[in-house]
Amino acid sequence: MSQNIERSIRDLREMDALSSGNSAIHTVSAGAKLLVTVVYILTVVSFDKYRVSGLLFMIFYPAVLFAVSGIPVSTCLYKLRFVLPLALAVGIFNPILDRQPAFSIGSFTVTAGMISMLTLMMKGVFSLMASFLLVATTRIEALCGALRKIHVPSMFVTLLLLTYRYAAVLAEEANVMTQAYSLRAPGQKGIHYSAWGSFLGQLLLRSMDRAEELYSSMLLRGYHGEFYYAQGRKSSASDFLYAVLWCALFVAARCLNLTQILGSAVMR
Amino acid sequence: MIQFENVSFEYEKGKTVLSGISFSIGEGETVGLIGANGAGKSTVMKLLLGLAGPGAGNAGGSRTEGRILVDGLEVIPRNLAAIRRKLGFVLQNSDNQMFMPTVLEDMLFGLLNYGMSRQEALQRADSVLRELGQENLRDLYNHKISGGEKRMAAVATVLAMDPEVLLMDEPTSALDPYNRRIIIDTIRKLPRTKIITSHDLDMIYDTCSRVILLSGGKVAADGSAEEILRDKELLESNRMELPLRFQR
Repeated sequence: MSQNIERSIRDLREMDALSSGNSAIHTVSAGAKLLVTVVYILTVVSFDKYRVSGLLFMIFYPAVLFAVSGIPVSTCLYKLRFVLPLALAVGIFNPILDRQPAFSIGSFTVTAGMISMLTLMMKGVFSLMASFLLVATTRIEALCGALRKIHVPSMFVTLLLLTYRYAAVLAEEANVMTQAYSLRAPGQKGIHYSAWGSFLGQLLLRSMDRAEELYSSMLLRGYHGEFYYAQGRKSSASDFLYAVLWCALFVAARCLNLTQILGSAVMR
Repeated sequence: MIQFENVSFEYEKGKTVLSGISFSIGEGETVGLIGANGAGKSTVMKLLLGLAGPGAGNAGGSRTEGRILVDGLEVIPRNLAAIRRKLGFVLQNSDNQMFMPTVLEDMLFGLLNYGMSRQEALQRADSVLRELGQENLRDLYNHKISGGEKRMAAVATVLAMDPEVLLMDEPTSALDPYNRRIIIDTIRKLPRTKIITSHDLDMIYDTCSRVILLSGGKVAADGSAEEILRDKELLESNRMELPLRFQR
């Protein structure tokens, strides 16, 4: 259990390290990346449930970002290991519910349900990848700054930022307590249910103590309820261009079947 | 610079932590605040910083008597922003102080909160790191540096804000002898008013010219470090011991 918590802490810190990179994608303003990600996800989910070929083109965006940012796809898959199965499971009953034949490959009949299951899976995976790439190429503070720029309430943004920061504090405290427990309960897997109540209570109290100190430290350095990141850096013409080009491409992909057009062009 | 005028404080009714303490600390002085556990050292710091007592609006049913002044300003909520601008506090646990991902980000946090431009803040942070000889820490991740480095980074974080008074809570706790020595040398070199609380009396002797001994929420002694830290009877009657160097 202690190893799991340590791994979670490491994961959190790795995300910080990833977002501190200096690739061309990292240098794009958080606002532009946030806008592109939102438009991307909206475009992806708006595809018709039977338009597999049209949707396939949307992999172009995460593929470009993975290539330019230098973030390995494997890292993404590893970080999303708990949510990806859920995304994949979303359409699992479609083949049973929708058995209308769509086409046949030899003697195998592909049903409409199978196609809609595939598009649902693709939508889930693409959206998760885009969200991951946003967080992995943008500092959480810059992201919060971008949220403030689009007038997301300060309370919500601060809550998001502090939750992100305090998650590690909570995990560290949980780790120390789990280690102390396992040292006095050798051979026992996990924490016995009889200790759950006091364990959680202690964890809460200890985390509160630490959080209070952290908050004091922030107050003593001029924190006044609004992170300075809210001011953020000004978006430049290149950020504007980045957002416009991507959004235009997404709209084009939504309205035209770019996969088919590209395929035809290659075949010619 | 700092005045405690007959200050009494209780966190809740009937539980007195400080009773009628008075002292003043002049500009440029380095004062060691010593005392056994529960003597009231941390409470003095908290009252001064406005984290408890009148500065915090006597929250949680606490009660304060007397006045606390920092550079002529009374520690009350209205003056808190101005007072905190003058004070820099280095926490005992650096992990609780360094909440940003890198040392540099942490140094910038306070400066940007006080409205400094990013460019100016970067220059200030670099200059402080240079002054401390810790330029190598600049871009390191807080969770990847050692305890000693973390303590130096915490000091740098506070010094970047150029406080008039530096408050330090147990600056040498949990440090190995080498890092302890570095911290002591750093404290000695800093040209500021300093208040240091610690049980490490050897460090207090090395860094402070004056010592205030608290006991049971009262000032048991206030005088030169030389005089108080050599007084075996005084220290032992207040649950303390002579610094190790005088025990031989």
